[in-house]
Amino acid sequence: MKKIITQDESVKKIKDGSTIMIGGFMVSGHPFLLVEELLKKNVKNLTLISNDAGFPDKGIGKLIVNNQVSKLIASHIGLNPVAGEKMNSGDMQVELVPQGTLAERIRAKGAGLGGILTPTGVGTDVQNGKEIKRINEKDYLLELPLGADFALIKATVVDKNGNCFVAKSAKNFNIVMAMAADCVIVEAEKIVDIGELDPDMVNIPGIFVSEIVKQ
Amino acid sequence: MDDKELKRIRIAKRVAKEFIDGSVVNLGIGLPTLVANYIPEDRSILFHSENGFIGLGPEPEKGKEDPNIVNAGGKPVTIVKGGCFFDSAMSFAIIRGGHLDYTVLGALEVDEQGNLANYMIPGKMVPGMGGAMDLVAGAKTVIIAMEHTNKNGSPKILERCKLPLTAKEEVDIIITELAFIRVTKKGLVLEEIADDTTVDEVVKNTGARLIIEGNIRKFL
Repeated sequence: MKKIITQDESVKKIKDGSTIMIGGFMVSGHPFLLVEELLKKNVKNLTLISNDAGFPDKGIGKLIVNNQVSKLIASHIGLNPVAGEKMNSGDMQVELVPQGTLAERIRAKGAGLGGILTPTGVGTDVQNGKEIKRINEKDYLLELPLGADFALIKATVVDKNGNCFVAKSAKNFNIVMAMAADCVIVEAEKIVDIGELDPDMVNIPGIFVSEIVKQ
Repeated sequence: MDDKELKRIRIAKRVAKEFIDGSVVNLGIGLPTLVANYIPEDRSILFHSENGFIGLGPEPEKGKEDPNIVNAGGKPVTIVKGGCFFDSAMSFAIIRGGHLDYTVLGALEVDEQGNLANYMIPGKMVPGMGGAMDLVAGAKTVIIAMEHTNKNGSPKILERCKLPLTAKEEVDIIITELAFIRVTKKGLVLEEIADDTTVDEVVKNTGARLIIEGNIRKFL
């Protein structure tokens, strides 16, 4: 059985300077309540790893507007102009990573791999400072694993062993992030008893999950 | 409908004719999204949405939006019968692994080596590449769908891109309101021009050498 905690307790362990992965693709599959708790707690100097920077008034974007983020690793920040301003002014360090590379770097961490070789970014600025490997006459960039202290993810149905079903296009980064952090906190739309979630429907094995918060 | 919209529709229509029946296609946000409206009826095309599904359908009716079914721009969409959902790692395995037949994207600049610049203007627009770099590196055929010139009337098809590249030597086809151009090892081959233009007009608006040989077809 996993620990089921309240919303107030959920982000207690997260301290200033933590590295946090947050699931979602813009607003889809995004753990809104956990992000609200981070806002309330006002922890600072966070490194965030996320697909995007959300919107200034929605989800992860609010943490950026509230000056809680010192570094952002994401594939796209275009829908949050505040993130762009903070990047240009130097208030927030931003590492832009191609979306597929971001997913695969996170997966590599969770899967115990030393890195991945991808053709994405060869011949572009993304290549700067990276090792290039030539394999079967094609160039690949060596991209390193990416992990975090915490992953905040969202699931549709979670059983008390932590097994998660994530519906439709809410899966996005939630699946890989669940593998790649020391402490994985899942925001559940619905919590069910052990035995009530069909094992065939599980997208995230419960062994990855540390704590469950009911939405 | 204004001139700009008519141009965009013409580009979308020409792109739509390019897909072989049974293809899996990813359409970028903006002009490329329009392509879905003009698929010829005799072709069955599956659209891939990079945030995690195949079988991207039209916008839902008002009130029937599902927050768990959105496109890569975050807008509510639908999934067609026979579609499937997956996570981001699978989605980009499909893209990078050569399982996508076509990707259609816009461009700021494209050049005669098939280099593409479409993700940033240093100091001005730095939104991030999202999935574009993976799409262009991975899809079997890369189609650029864009207006032939920029808003100042300057060519966007150049000898060499000046802006930071999204990908190197990956573009296969350029479709604009004026022309259908194929990127080859010898350079840019002008294959078709729009019904209401001339080869001279296309050449004048292009910042790279066009190879013009044989019969140039027309498109509407």
